[in-house]
Amino acid sequence: MLDFHGYGWVFWEGAQITLLVGLSAVPLALALGLLGAWGKLSGNALARSVAGAYTTIVRGVPELVLILLVYYGITILLQHLLSLATGGQVLVDIDPFTAGTLTLGVIYGAFTTEVFRGAFLALDRGQIEAAYAAGMSRTLAFRRIMLPQVWRFAIPGLGNVWLVLIKATALMSVVQLPELMRMTDVAARAVRMPFTFYFGASVIYLLITIMSLQALHRAEAWANRGIRRA
Amino acid sequence: MDLWVIVENLPRFASGAWLTVQLTALSVLIGLVCAVPVALARLSHNPLLSWPAYGYMFYFRGTPLLVQIFLIYYGSGQFVSELRSIGLWQFFREPYFCAVLTLTLNTAAYTAEILRGAIQAVPFGEVEAGRAFAMSRTLILRRIILPKAFRLALPAYTNEVIFLFQATSLVSIITIMDLTGVGRVIIAETFRTFEVWIFVGLCYLAMSYGILYLFKRLEYRLSGHLREGPAAAAAPVQEALAVR
Repeated sequence: MLDFHGYGWVFWEGAQITLLVGLSAVPLALALGLLGAWGKLSGNALARSVAGAYTTIVRGVPELVLILLVYYGITILLQHLLSLATGGQVLVDIDPFTAGTLTLGVIYGAFTTEVFRGAFLALDRGQIEAAYAAGMSRTLAFRRIMLPQVWRFAIPGLGNVWLVLIKATALMSVVQLPELMRMTDVAARAVRMPFTFYFGASVIYLLITIMSLQALHRAEAWANRGIRRA
Repeated sequence: MDLWVIVENLPRFASGAWLTVQLTALSVLIGLVCAVPVALARLSHNPLLSWPAYGYMFYFRGTPLLVQIFLIYYGSGQFVSELRSIGLWQFFREPYFCAVLTLTLNTAAYTAEILRGAIQAVPFGEVEAGRAFAMSRTLILRRIILPKAFRLALPAYTNEVIFLFQATSLVSIITIMDLTGVGRVIIAETFRTFEVWIFVGLCYLAMSYGILYLFKRLEYRLSGHLREGPAAAAAPVQEALAVR
């Protein structure tokens, strides 16, 4: 029933790029999330308002609009600035992979900010006070007491963000990144079997979701390894 | 920055925004109506009901909305003769119909999942009390379980509506002139990428907060019996826009 007319390889190639761009965005999203959570919870009014503006804007605007704004906008901005600086015409071309990774990282950094904020608030205050009382500096207390425990509260939320992120990579097809959606699109048009191909792509996304859920289950078990259960 | 391009095209932006609101409202309403039976089927003890509901919810929550839109809009083209023979082709060749259909199916799956959690969270004592009054199962469902579940589900449902509202921007890819679609066309005409996308983004942001405000008011109204006095305020608007 499933005959891809020799185009079955697009799924394999596309899925690789999809996973690669998704995974590459994760470190940036995590770093921005930790930074944003620090900003939101800090006593510094400026840091609080910057972090607040970041999460409000990013979460209030559709991903597609942000992707188009960042992808085309940044290119034009760089081109403009470099042309001004050098006095000549400079053509800037960011490759879709880099742009896609950066855009996804910035967007989902806002969502991880909220996850980390909640997770840090869920930590036991007494333990942090105990760390300070034992003479630990703020960084040491962060590294030894807070960071190892925060994952326990953050992993379920981070898992949700990952599941949304990996699906959002499909939007990168609008900026011609040859990920699963874009590759499928090309094949579907070539063979004129759109339903077969898009359905195939959706099954691949489902498989990625299923595998992610299993990995998350393990990660949760790992993060909770020191916790006694009733 | 050239703001003239925005001012000049305000009527077009307004018509695009109106279409975005229309798509959201239509899909949210139909999706909610469809989600109730799906959630009930999912919780049924009959595997013939619960498994199809589970499969439907898993498929639509586990795949990107863009794939679903393409599957229905372009994918239906693979079955033109079949659809024509049952008289449905005239619907499937309309981007607007396909957009509403996909958005509805998508939001119904997410809403059913929210409702499932809320129905399971209804305190069992309330159901037991209904039984003690000799209410039938459907009466308990109508008078006790569903009203309580809707109140419990409202905060999560607010997020879902805002997500769907933002997700409507994807229909611009199948040539619909919603707010994003209008932005694309104006950029193609004027090359004012920055100005247009920032303006469009701000419109979505403002409208997201508008939806949030409406739902906070609804939540306030529906929780009247839980407030102590008339002076108690509604929950603050912060804490909104959480992750789906």
